[in-house]
Amino acid sequence: MNLKKIDLETLKKEDHEKVSPIERREFLKIGLTIGGIFAGGTILSVVSNMSRVFASPEEFSEKYPYKPHYSMVIRQDKCIDCERCLEACAMTNDVPEYGYRTTILEKEVLDAIGQKKEFIPVLCNHCNNPPCVRACPTKATYKDKKTGIVMMEYGKCIGCKTCVVACPYNARYFNEKKHAIDKCNFCFDTRLSKGEKLTACAAACPAGVRIFGDLSDANSEVYKLIHQLAKPVWALRPEVGAKPNVFYMKG
Amino acid sequence: MPNEVKSAGVSEIAKGLARSFDTSVVAGWYSNIVGFLSGSKSYYVLLALTGLVVFASSMAALNAMNIGYRHAYGVTREIPWGLLISTYVFFVVTSTGLCIVSSIGHVFGIKDFMPIAKRSVFLSVVTIFAGFTVIFFDIENPFRMALYNVISPNLTSNIWWMGTLYGAYMFFMAVEFVFLLLEKHRLAVYAGLSGLLSGIAAHSNLGAIFGMLHAREYWYGPYMPIYFILSAMASGCAAIIFFTWLGYKVNNERMDKPMERAMEVVGKLCTLLLAVIMFFTTWKIITGLVASPGKVEAIRALLTGSYAFNFWLFEVLTGLAAPFALFLYSRWKNYDMMFIASLLMIIGIFVMRYDLVVIGQVVPSFHDIGAKGALHLLPYAPSFYEIMIVAGGIGIVAAAFLLGEKIFSGHKSEIH
Repeated sequence: MNLKKIDLETLKKEDHEKVSPIERREFLKIGLTIGGIFAGGTILSVVSNMSRVFASPEEFSEKYPYKPHYSMVIRQDKCIDCERCLEACAMTNDVPEYGYRTTILEKEVLDAIGQKKEFIPVLCNHCNNPPCVRACPTKATYKDKKTGIVMMEYGKCIGCKTCVVACPYNARYFNEKKHAIDKCNFCFDTRLSKGEKLTACAAACPAGVRIFGDLSDANSEVYKLIHQLAKPVWALRPEVGAKPNVFYMKG
Repeated sequence: MPNEVKSAGVSEIAKGLARSFDTSVVAGWYSNIVGFLSGSKSYYVLLALTGLVVFASSMAALNAMNIGYRHAYGVTREIPWGLLISTYVFFVVTSTGLCIVSSIGHVFGIKDFMPIAKRSVFLSVVTIFAGFTVIFFDIENPFRMALYNVISPNLTSNIWWMGTLYGAYMFFMAVEFVFLLLEKHRLAVYAGLSGLLSGIAAHSNLGAIFGMLHAREYWYGPYMPIYFILSAMASGCAAIIFFTWLGYKVNNERMDKPMERAMEVVGKLCTLLLAVIMFFTTWKIITGLVASPGKVEAIRALLTGSYAFNFWLFEVLTGLAAPFALFLYSRWKNYDMMFIASLLMIIGIFVMRYDLVVIGQVVPSFHDIGAKGALHLLPYAPSFYEIMIVAGGIGIVAAAFLLGEKIFSGHKSEIH
């Protein structure tokens, strides 16, 4: 081994100002990625998340496939399980008692220090690679070309329930009145198409849990929440590869 | 491909059909119907019984339709596919198997398999029809399917391919049966080949419906389409032995030498396929034990949990081990023993299909997240209505088999 000796006395000081922003970003990326892995793979760092959610990180930061690219960020730790979102959803979208378009999961960790419960609101993830849309035999469920919302054309649904089985997020149920599968459509028919800016659940939430908006708009709140490196952002069941558009974060 | 093969023989088919109304053929059928009417008493009792089952189950099915499947069936939002889907799979597995195994003779010309051709082709049409009948009462809007399958097809959907190809398959098999009846063997080969190709494509697509659901780890992967074809062949062999033995009992006849030889080769093939399925099942379980927590829990449910009774008693003992031993012990000469083996296999395979369909859904979507209510496997139990519809499907096969034996006088084959 013929290593050069470093003379610490004569070594020039490398100021942090000399580190280019790109280098700094790369460094942070490495740190976050490792952080995600070390946390057991359940907490994914924002970087690994981005690459999982979209085909490539470049595609993610350069352009979104839809305009507006509707998305929801769920600030999980703020949820108090008041269920106003569920009520608002059921009222707005005529959801029967036996079904739901969105619900709140409860997770209990009895040996946790301090807070032992957390609430995780779930809904259709409006995936970029939706397993339900691929599986539907008659294109009764489809990805809207403009907004990216996974929609239903009730009249085409044969009721084979393959989409229900295909969905990684348990977001679909059979609606007797419609005699078809029903699911969340980000209130497109009931609110968004009528000029409203928010879904019923997001508008009803008193705790600011459900942040809804256009991910392709750099000024939107969802864009800002996702395009930051300080707090981790993740998606549910990323291993499925459905590339969801509903994100989760804390803080 | 099948279409090209078919179009080549269109003119011949037309000629054949024209000749089908030949007086001698009609006279032949007439005498068979007379023969049927002079059948034994127990035959009529059996036939009446199957008729009664079909009638009772159609009443139940119509009632289920009326009150709504959500109320009538045991299926839930989390487990939307239950006994009806697994029974549909069971029937089409049997049908495809009958087609594949019998095609060794009547399509590929292996002489030993020829005597079983007519009965197998007839039963493959019957079992696929029974399968369609059962799934008709599971699909919420079957009439919409007929329309939108055509005008709004989704070519990435395995369900679309499966439905369309099985439709073609049923048509080809029915046409083949007609040609076999008319002794148009060359045309029957074309129809049989088309049926075989569409059947294999359809059946592997049925496997792929499960195998391509990437949110369902229990099913996901290339295993399903391959396993479906292999297990179809095993089901087909079992059905051939079962119905051939019964057919000779119903007609009160003794098998001739070619038929005895056919029973022997089908029995041997069946034994081999049982060994293959054992191999497949073993590796499915071993690999499944090294997977995500949800899948491991599902495999454990099969091995030691709530499905262990189904698995060890029905799948392993009744479906695989006992028939395997019986076949070996029978030396493929003792037909009574082979009949028992095939009956056990059919029962075992029915339960295999049930477990396969249901266990794929018992792991909750948010199991690995650790959400309350998603920590444990989900329950499913078939309702009275679902059981009645399954009984109806079995009744249809039984009735059609009994009628077929008399009307087509034991499906005797003149191919030599």
